[in-house]
Amino acid sequence: MNALRIKRGSSSHSAYNLRPALKEGEERRTLAVLVENEAGVLARVIGLFSGRGYNIESLTVAETDHVSHRSRITIVTTGTPAVIEQIKAQLARMVPVYDVHDLTTEGPAVEREMALVKVACTGEARVEALRLSQVFRANVVDTTLESFVFELTGAPEKIDAFVELMAPLGLVDVARTGVAAITRGPKGM
Amino acid sequence: MSREMTGAQIVVQALKDQGVDTVFGYPGGAVLPIYDELFKQNDIRHILVRHEQGAAHAAEGYARSTGRPGVLLVTSGPGATNAVTGLTDALMDSIPIICLSGQVPTFLIGNDAFQEADTVGITRPCTKHNWLVKDTARLAGVIHQAFYVATHGRPGPVLIDIPKDVQFAMAPYVKPDKAPRLPYAPRVKGDPERIREAVELIENAQRPIIYSGGGVVNSGPEASRLLRELADETGFPVTSTLMGLGCYPASGKGWLGMLGMHGTFEANMAMHDCDVMICIGARFDDRITGRTDAFSPGSKKIHIDIDPSSINKNILVDVPIVGDVKNVLADMIALWRERGARTRADRVDNWWRQIKEWRSVQCLRYRNSDKIIKPQYALQRLQALTADRDRYVTTEVGQHQMWAAQFLGFEEPNRWMTSGGLGTMGYGVPASVGVQIAHPDALVINVAGEASFMMNMQEMSTAVQYRLPVKQFILNNERLGMVRQWQQLLHGERYSASWSEALPDFVKLAEAFGCKGIRCDDPADLDDAIREMLDHPGPVIFDCVVEKHENCFPMIPSGKAHNEMLLGDAATEGAIEAGGAVLV
Ligand SMILES: Cc1cc2nc3c(=O)[nH]c(=O)nc-3n(C[C@H](O)[C@H](O)[C@H](O)COP(=O)(O)OP(=O)(O)OC[C@H]3O[C@@H](n4cnc5c(N)ncnc54)[C@H](O)[C@@H]3O)c2cc1C
Ligand SMILES: Cc1ncc(C[n+]2csc(CCOP(=O)(O)OP(=O)(O)O)c2C)c(N)n1
Repeated sequence: MNALRIKRGSSSHSAYNLRPALKEGEERRTLAVLVENEAGVLARVIGLFSGRGYNIESLTVAETDHVSHRSRITIVTTGTPAVIEQIKAQLARMVPVYDVHDLTTEGPAVEREMALVKVACTGEARVEALRLSQVFRANVVDTTLESFVFELTGAPEKIDAFVELMAPLGLVDVARTGVAAITRGPKGM
Repeated sequence: MSREMTGAQIVVQALKDQGVDTVFGYPGGAVLPIYDELFKQNDIRHILVRHEQGAAHAAEGYARSTGRPGVLLVTSGPGATNAVTGLTDALMDSIPIICLSGQVPTFLIGNDAFQEADTVGITRPCTKHNWLVKDTARLAGVIHQAFYVATHGRPGPVLIDIPKDVQFAMAPYVKPDKAPRLPYAPRVKGDPERIREAVELIENAQRPIIYSGGGVVNSGPEASRLLRELADETGFPVTSTLMGLGCYPASGKGWLGMLGMHGTFEANMAMHDCDVMICIGARFDDRITGRTDAFSPGSKKIHIDIDPSSINKNILVDVPIVGDVKNVLADMIALWRERGARTRADRVDNWWRQIKEWRSVQCLRYRNSDKIIKPQYALQRLQALTADRDRYVTTEVGQHQMWAAQFLGFEEPNRWMTSGGLGTMGYGVPASVGVQIAHPDALVINVAGEASFMMNMQEMSTAVQYRLPVKQFILNNERLGMVRQWQQLLHGERYSASWSEALPDFVKLAEAFGCKGIRCDDPADLDDAIREMLDHPGPVIFDCVVEKHENCFPMIPSGKAHNEMLLGDAATEGAIEAGGAVLV
């Protein structure tokens, strides 16, 4: 039944956090990187992380300013404070990069992720899945007599928790966007 | 409205407007339109190398010896991939070079077309930045941007990939000052608050040391002048990395010699025991730090660097100053003078007494011979016989490179071209070609090992064609000497594949190239042989047959601290533990 083999993770946040626990001395940071939307810019950023052995937990990117062709990349990464400083310096010195912001330290910031979750079930399980989706304020965006696709937005932990609850009910597929983040309050980057 | 031109004309015009006088290159199908335009003009000289790697190293030699960017032109596919080692070398050593590569026409990209390679993909991690230009209208702007990126901030290699149809198509030309602006804006002025902290440390230092590096050369002659002012007015001792040799003169009173793995005892001990370290344009490379947790444990560290990512990368520093060396030093010296030009002179005198004690160890001593030429002796004689000339030295990679750093003295920056970060065997011959092109009347010597020499010796043909009187001074030990030394010290004397077997007769080889060959194997003949080389007006391959099993000392084994230095063969037995062998 559990096609995705999701294990209940040990967590520092909640019983349902499936993300790997941080290693000793490591921190998780959310970085916002403003770049010129030129060809290859994403390959450059990803190449920097793989070439220097940095972690990427999630990465999202889209053009946010169509007039001046700027994209915003949101990267969730982990590392020791010294490695995080290196990551920021390495990103900042790249030619197409305008600005690097560490939303975790500059925050407070809002972090949201969107997920599409497909669950196939009938009978009691189907009722339970729908009930739980209401608890999580998920939307049903597709349905058949034996399946749902839920759309869910929230902090990554919330999505983890929802996915875990769906597992025994007939979880089939999960698509997640990765984190988008923005600082709270009136000030921009 | 500016003039319409073809893409190929735009390339040549943009190079002219950027002040380029020389292009090192090799033609092929995908760059023929550009070669056609080069043919029709006389302002830019094209130097036909014999291998695209040679073009890249020649451009590096040109750049390092002039302070101006070097330019190379290569065809698509194999032309571009052959240049990759040179681009990587330039990235590691912060050398500004601009590589123009041809590409298959835009409508064939992605088709596995003839001589197609994903050049921007392949070179993305080995350039500071690269561009694939798919629209002729953008070409001029991108070329101007490329020169800007290569030469501003921390210098480095850039590549512009130009599909063949883009070279044929017409578009208006854009002048350098009209090129679109990039987000890239490196910081060049140091933070005054940090500079004040640095000056306070200088004023109170009791055991100071100036640790200078390639960034001083990158910053230009003014930076070297300021470094000398600072050192001589404070009376502080100066050491330098392999990349910084010449920024402070070897004859200067503060000079301790090179530091690091094969640096002098006095330089490394002073680094270890200092209380204030002033790092100027150097990057705490692992050849310098040895074991990082034992690196200069008691010092306050000032670090001047234009690249914020160099700061706190390997070693945490107390006073980071992001900026260009010449600006930061100018501000620092001005403030220090304004505050009374104070130092703890009596303490610094004591420190010098200690340093002189270390110096009395005479760490570069070696046992000379009257039967066999010792490589150190050969370099001492080369130094003695050329010291009065404005001399440019390139090297290959290996023991000979380290001995050259130890035994040749440099009085000015931009006179010493070596592959430090990547350690590229095969760098020296083409680099010497590039240097000689830039300085046609100067004495240019490549100190080589026979194995490295053979990696790019085809460039002797370039030297002969363009009448470049480069002197190839080969310390021939018939061994991959540096490898042999590591095998002796770290791998139980199992000399796996570290012979140079079936070596050519270098004198005949020289003759085959059409240049002069000299062979010398007797210390008594060495001076005359070197003079013969220097007096010959054309290129020379000098086969200096040296002791086969000489080791290069001093040496800090990988993973050891500065004060655990090996001084000579006697001290080496069992000195390197198995753990050290995993390090490079
Ligand atoms: C076989 C072998 C053995 C070696 N052994 C030694 C050894 O014993 N000792 C040794 O020193 N090296 C040795 N090296 C070389 C070593 O690997 C490094 O290349 C070298 O130490 C780096 O020199 P650097 O720190 O001056 O840095 P570079 O590579 O020259 O970097 C320059 C630094 O200055 C900064 N910079 C550039 N421009 C400016 C500017 N305008 N203003 C401010 N900052 C600027 C850059 O951002 C960078 O951080 C060896 C190499 C080989 C191949
Ligand atoms: C392209 C390349 N391949 C391999 C090496 C590894 N390597 C470093 S030094 C060395 C030996 C160099 O021999 P030689 O040029 O004769 O100089 P020597 O050490 O004998 O002075 C080798 C193989 C390298 N630095 N570069």
